[in-house]
Amino acid sequence: MAFLVLENLSKTFGTHKAVDGLSVSVEKGEFVALLGPSGCGKTTTLQMIAGFVEPTSGAIRLEGRDLLAVKPAERGLGIVFQSYALFPHMTVAENVVFGLEMQGVAAAERTKRVAETLELVGLAAFAARFPRQMSGGQQQRVALARALVIRPQILLLDEPLSNLDAKLREEMQIELRQIQRTVGTTTILVTHDQAEAMALSDRIVVMNQGRAEQIGPPHEAYERPATPFVANFLGKTNLVNGATVRPEKISFGVSGLAGKVRTRIFQGNHWLYQVDTAAGLVTVIRQNTGEAMPAEGADVHLAWQAAS
Amino acid sequence: MKSTPYLLSLPALLLFAVVVVVPLVMTVALSFHDWGQYKGIEPVFILKNWREVFTDSYYGEMFARTFRIAFFVTLLAALFGAPEAYILNRMKSPWRGVFLLVILGPLLISVVARTLGWALLFGGNSGLVNKALMSTGLISSPLPFMFTEAGMVVALAHVLMPYMVLAVWAALQRLDPQIENAAVALGAGPFTVVRRIVLPQVMPGILSGSIIVFVLAASAFATPAIIGGRRLKVASTLAYDEFLNTLNWPLGAVIAVLLLVALVLIVVSASRLVERRYAQVFG
Repeated sequence: MAFLVLENLSKTFGTHKAVDGLSVSVEKGEFVALLGPSGCGKTTTLQMIAGFVEPTSGAIRLEGRDLLAVKPAERGLGIVFQSYALFPHMTVAENVVFGLEMQGVAAAERTKRVAETLELVGLAAFAARFPRQMSGGQQQRVALARALVIRPQILLLDEPLSNLDAKLREEMQIELRQIQRTVGTTTILVTHDQAEAMALSDRIVVMNQGRAEQIGPPHEAYERPATPFVANFLGKTNLVNGATVRPEKISFGVSGLAGKVRTRIFQGNHWLYQVDTAAGLVTVIRQNTGEAMPAEGADVHLAWQAAS
Repeated sequence: MKSTPYLLSLPALLLFAVVVVVPLVMTVALSFHDWGQYKGIEPVFILKNWREVFTDSYYGEMFARTFRIAFFVTLLAALFGAPEAYILNRMKSPWRGVFLLVILGPLLISVVARTLGWALLFGGNSGLVNKALMSTGLISSPLPFMFTEAGMVVALAHVLMPYMVLAVWAALQRLDPQIENAAVALGAGPFTVVRRIVLPQVMPGILSGSIIVFVLAASAFATPAIIGGRRLKVASTLAYDEFLNTLNWPLGAVIAVLLLVALVLIVVSASRLVERRYAQVFG
């Protein structure tokens, strides 16, 4: 039996269906991403798991128990909020220890676990700082430490990296993945960033208008999107003669679909092409291998393998 | 040019000097003048008025009463105003707007009218509340309200409550909307959330509201004049009487200057304290 089960979960605000019959099963230790555009119901789903929003219908079960019957304060879930929601009047150590105090953990044990957790997120030297005195990335780690120290059954991450700049976000993705592997906590990530979802999770739930469009491993969802929405949301796509083709699957050849290069953009590790063809405008991505590439205005032929 | 900013602010500085600094200096000077029942004010330099205020225990009592009332008004305003602001902040529209109007609405009505309302409810045997309570037999004699310190404290706390609510409300607005959820998720009950998470963060708001309420209560005139009347004088009503009834302007000036100096000292040291305490955390 799955560890966490969302069963036919729905939430209606007035006449708006925020979440519409969502069913997801999460295995113990799994990292699952709820991915979708804003307003797709992913955050509402997270808040229903956390207990801040009550579902209109459906069930949430954790190890077979009805989670909806448990008060939010007693669910014992670790949550990292988008804004971090750190307690500004407490030091890092006080922030992290708060959850242990609420659980009534003995003082000696508290000190030990706070030190361990701060070590885990690489903030051992910052225990006496106030959140205001730290960078965004450091605050993010404090929020993670505060959520992990209570040894939650489930870790909920609500757009945890969206307030960081691009470079830091990539570093934190790798670190977040490593930490999750180390502690093995079942994790649910809510994000609108498909790269983040694919980088971090074992499985992604692509959501649209309150429904799950596809549930599966990132690679599978990317290669075999169940719906046009999933195909579009998970990356660039071309619709050529009724078939969906990823731009990086198309190559320049001596035969194939004839076209003329309209624009060529250099992006460091790859070239981004827009090619005018009889079938419409086609986007092509080619790896930068150092070889000469067709210039703008050049006549080319496009070839690709039919999707499996 | 270097002097341009000073030249540009000259008109405002002039106005400030004429309407604030000059009258203040004149009031201080006035406090050293002599006064007699028949000779009026004599522009000489004597310490008679200051000596009188500092030696006659009547004035000491009066200042003690003024600040005692201001202290209890502040306490009452904080005890009721802070929870009021918290509840208001948790309300959803349209109720939030409606109740905000109910709380701030009295600011649109004259202080005199609001204080007279209390007088109508509790004034002696004919006060509405007193009458009603006596007719039900709950009390045998009217509740003492008029001409009592307790009455002044209650009426002033009512009049000044909106300032406290606004100050605390502003502090609550700066709170991260997820912060209470974060504490709840970590296992905190509603009482713990308020005591350990919300209250410490709105404390600067409560303290700045307290400074405003304290100053306004200590210098209030209309409410003490109506509720306290001639029997229970505070600094502002006594200064008024010296100026307009006894016509002893120099003595009135001493009282006015003393009240001003005391309030400035209290406000400056209180806000210093608040700033030092919270600079690190909320800087």
